[in-house]
Amino acid sequence: MLLFLFLSHLFYDLTSSPGLRHKCACAGQRPSLPAQLTGAAAKDDGRLWEQRSRTNLLRKMEINVVEAEKRTGKNTVNMQETYTVYLIETRPAETVPEGGTPATPDTLWRRYSEFELLRTYLLISYYMLLICGPNCKFVWHKLSADNLDPDFVERRRGGLENFLLRVASHSVLSNDEIFFHFLTEEKGWRERVLETGFQDKADSRLKSLSAMFRVKNPDKRFTALKHYCDELNTVISQLLRVRARVADRLYGVYKVHGNYGRVFSEWSAIEKEMGDGLQSAGHHMDTYAASIDDILEEEEHYADQLKEYLFYTDAVRSVCRKHELIQYELEMAAQDLTHKKQQKEELATGTVRVFSLKGMTSKLFGQESQEQRESRLAALEQSIQEGEEAVKEKNTECQEFVRTAWEDIERFKEQKDKDLREALISYAIMQISMCKKGIQVWSNAKECFNKM
Amino acid sequence: MSGQTVPADFSGHMLDLDEDEDLEVFSKNTSLADGSSMPNSPSSLVNQYRLEEDEEDQQYASTKDIFITVDNPESHVTAIETFIMYRVLTKTTRSEFDSSEYEVRRRYQDFLWLRGRLEENHPTLIVHPLPEKFVMKGMVERFNDDFIETRRKALHRFLNKISEHPILSCSPHFKVFLTAQELTSHKKQGPGFLSRMGETVRAVANSVRGLRSRPEEFVVMQEYVEDFSNKVSSVDKVTQRIIKEQREYVDELKQYSPTYIQWAGSEEMLAEPLKGVASCVERCGKETEDQIQHMSEVLVPALHEYVLCAETLKAVMRRRDNIQAEFEAKNEALASRKVDQEALQEEVDALADRVELANNALKGDWSRWQSSMRHDLRSAFISTAEKNVEYYEKCLAVWESFLLSQRVEPMEQRDGEDVS
Repeated sequence: MLLFLFLSHLFYDLTSSPGLRHKCACAGQRPSLPAQLTGAAAKDDGRLWEQRSRTNLLRKMEINVVEAEKRTGKNTVNMQETYTVYLIETRPAETVPEGGTPATPDTLWRRYSEFELLRTYLLISYYMLLICGPNCKFVWHKLSADNLDPDFVERRRGGLENFLLRVASHSVLSNDEIFFHFLTEEKGWRERVLETGFQDKADSRLKSLSAMFRVKNPDKRFTALKHYCDELNTVISQLLRVRARVADRLYGVYKVHGNYGRVFSEWSAIEKEMGDGLQSAGHHMDTYAASIDDILEEEEHYADQLKEYLFYTDAVRSVCRKHELIQYELEMAAQDLTHKKQQKEELATGTVRVFSLKGMTSKLFGQESQEQRESRLAALEQSIQEGEEAVKEKNTECQEFVRTAWEDIERFKEQKDKDLREALISYAIMQISMCKKGIQVWSNAKECFNKM
Repeated sequence: MSGQTVPADFSGHMLDLDEDEDLEVFSKNTSLADGSSMPNSPSSLVNQYRLEEDEEDQQYASTKDIFITVDNPESHVTAIETFIMYRVLTKTTRSEFDSSEYEVRRRYQDFLWLRGRLEENHPTLIVHPLPEKFVMKGMVERFNDDFIETRRKALHRFLNKISEHPILSCSPHFKVFLTAQELTSHKKQGPGFLSRMGETVRAVANSVRGLRSRPEEFVVMQEYVEDFSNKVSSVDKVTQRIIKEQREYVDELKQYSPTYIQWAGSEEMLAEPLKGVASCVERCGKETEDQIQHMSEVLVPALHEYVLCAETLKAVMRRRDNIQAEFEAKNEALASRKVDQEALQEEVDALADRVELANNALKGDWSRWQSSMRHDLRSAFISTAEKNVEYYEKCLAVWESFLLSQRVEPMEQRDGEDVS
C-alpha cells in the first residue's frame, strides 16, 4: 500500500498555470518537470525511492483536455439536467519524425463530477496528498450561476487539464490503474472506482482527522511548519482582500474618466476653436476608461496564483494533522504496551498498583489458583508481544511518514519559492504594461489639448 | 438669482453671494468719465474694444508693463474680528503711476470693494471673479492653511487678470487699490448707498417688464453662456470625483505594502522580492499622491474659476438686458406722454447711447474673454495631461528597476504576456 507518498510537487511541476484563457495549455505545450522527478531520484536511500524512480505516465503518454461541451440528460432522480463534459485526448508520447504526422489521439468524454470522483479517490487512497486543494474554486467548486458561463468553463478546462497532468507526472500516482482507466476507458469507470472500496478508508481516517487529540511529544519541525502555514494563510488571505479592494478603487478612477469623454463631447458642440481638440481628447478619455477592464482581467491571473498558495497551506496543514494522528496512535500503542507490562509485573509479583476487577474479586473471593494465574500471565505475554509488534509497526510507519513527508516538503518549498517569485515578476510586468498604456493615452490627450 | 441650481453634493461651490453682488448697481453715468482719459464717442470706443488675436497673445507675452503679486498672508487680530491681510506688490512702468514700485496690504473685503466698483463702472464688461467667501459651507474654518493658500492664488490671478484688461486696468479704483496705503478713505467715496438702492429698485422694476427683443447676437451669447456654465460645471464635478476616487485608491494602496512586508517576514528566499514589490507599491502610492496634488492645484482652481466666470457672464448679460429694458421703458413713456417731451427726449437719447455703449463693450470684451478662457483651460488641461504622463513614466521606472533587480537568471517571457 503506497501510503507514504507526498504529492507536493504535483503543484509545481508545471510552469503553465491553471485556468487562464490566454494560456492555451493545449496540444503541443508540454510541462517541464523538475529534475528530481525524471529518471533516477536525487536521493537514493533504497526502499521507497526505488518505486519513485519508476517512470511516470507522462513519459509514455500525452494528455490534453481539449474541449468542453454542454450535454443534457436525465440524472439519478430522473430529472433533466444540463452539464458540461470535457474531451480528454491522449496519444503515445513518441517523437514524431520530420515531416511526419503525429498519431491520431484517443479521445473520451468525462463530465466534471467524474473528475471530482477521481480526485477524491486519489486523495483518500494515497494517504497524504497535496493535490490542489478542495477549495480550489475555479476548478473544483460548482458555483451555481457560473456552470454554463463559457469563460468559467474555459478556465475550468484548463484547471482540469492541469490536474490530470500533475497526477500523470507523479511517479507513483500515475501508475494507478483507476487513473489510467479514467483516461482510457469511457464506460464502467465509475463502478470500478466504487468497487475499490476507497470510501471505507475515507470514513475512518477522515473521522480521525477531525477529532481533537493531544500529542505528548509533538515533532518540532511539524509544529514550525504548521505555524508557518498559518502565517502564510493569514497573510495571503489579507493580501488577496487588499488586492481586490485596490482593484475596485482603480476601476473607479478609470471609469470616472469616461465622464470626461461624454462631457468633452457635449462641450465641443458649443465651441468653435476649441471644439475639435475637446472632441478628440474626449475619445482618448473613453479609451482610458475602457482600458481598465483588460488590466484587471490580467490581474486576476495573479490573484489566482496567490489563491493556489492558500490551498497549499490548507493541504500542508492537513499533512501535519495526519502526522499528529500517526504520532498519537503511536503514543497510544506505546501507552497501551506500558500498561500491559505493568499489569504483568503486578501479576508476577502479586502487588496491586493498578486497579482491576480481577484484583478486586481476588481480594474478595480469595486468591486464584496457580493455574489461573499462569494462564493469565501467558495471555498477557501474548498481548504484550502483539503490543510490541504494534508499536514497532507504528514506529516504522511514523518514521517513514516523517522521512518522506519531509523530503517532499523541502522539494516543494523550493518549487513554491520559484513559482511565487515568477508570479511577482509577472505582476511587475503587468504594472509596466499598465503604465505604458497610461503614457500612451495621456500623451495623445495632450496632443488634442494642444489643438484646443 | 442665478439660474443654475447648486447641487447638494457640490462640496466646492457654495457661492455665498456677497451683499454687494446682490445689489445690481446701475450707474446713470455710463460714460467712463471717472477720471480716465478715454474718448467718449461710441465709434472710437468700438474701435478700442475690437482687439485682434495677436494683440491678446502679445499681452500674455512680453508687452506686460505691470507686474502684480499677492503673497505673504498674515493674520490680524483686533478686538472685534480676526482677518487675513495679504501683501500686494506692484511693479510697473506705466506713466500714470507716480512710482515704479508699490507695496500695500489688503484684505479680502478690499478686493470685494474693488471688484464692486469695477462692475459698477463697467456693467457690461466681464470682470474676472473673485474666490468665494467660504469654500465649504461652514465646514472648513476660514484660516486653514490650504484655504488661505488657495484664496491667495485666486486673488493673485484676479489682480493679474484685471491688469491685463485694456479698460479695467486703467480704472482709477484699480490704481488706488494698488497704491494707497490706506484704502478706507477711498472706499467711502462714490455714489451713496441709498442712491444705489434707488437705482436698483428701478432696475428690478424695469427687468420685470421684460425685454421687447434681444438682439440676435446676444441671444446666441445667452445660449452659449447657459451651455458653457453647464459644461464647465460638469467638468469641474468630474474632476472633483476623480480626485476623490484617486484618494480612496491611495488609501487602499497604503495597506498593500505593509502586507507584502508582513509576508516577507515569514519567508527566506522570497523575502527579498516581496520586499521589492512592497517598496514599488509604496513608491507608486507616493507618485499618485503627487498627481492628486497637482490636479488639485492646477486643474481644479482653473475649472473653478470658470465656473465662477459663468456666473459673472450671466450677471453681465442680465445687466445688459436691464440697460436695454430701462431704455425701452423710457422710450415707451416718451411715446405716450405729451408733457415734458423735451426733457424726456434728452433722457431717452442718453439711455439710447448707454445701450449702444453697453452692447459694444460687451461685444468687444466677449471675444477677449473667450480667447482668455480658451488659453487658460487649454493650459490647465495640457498641464494635467503632462503630469499624468510623468506619473506613469515614474511608476514605469519603479517597476522596471524591480524587474532588473530580479534578473538573476534570464527571465522567462510568458506567452501572451509580453510587454507590448
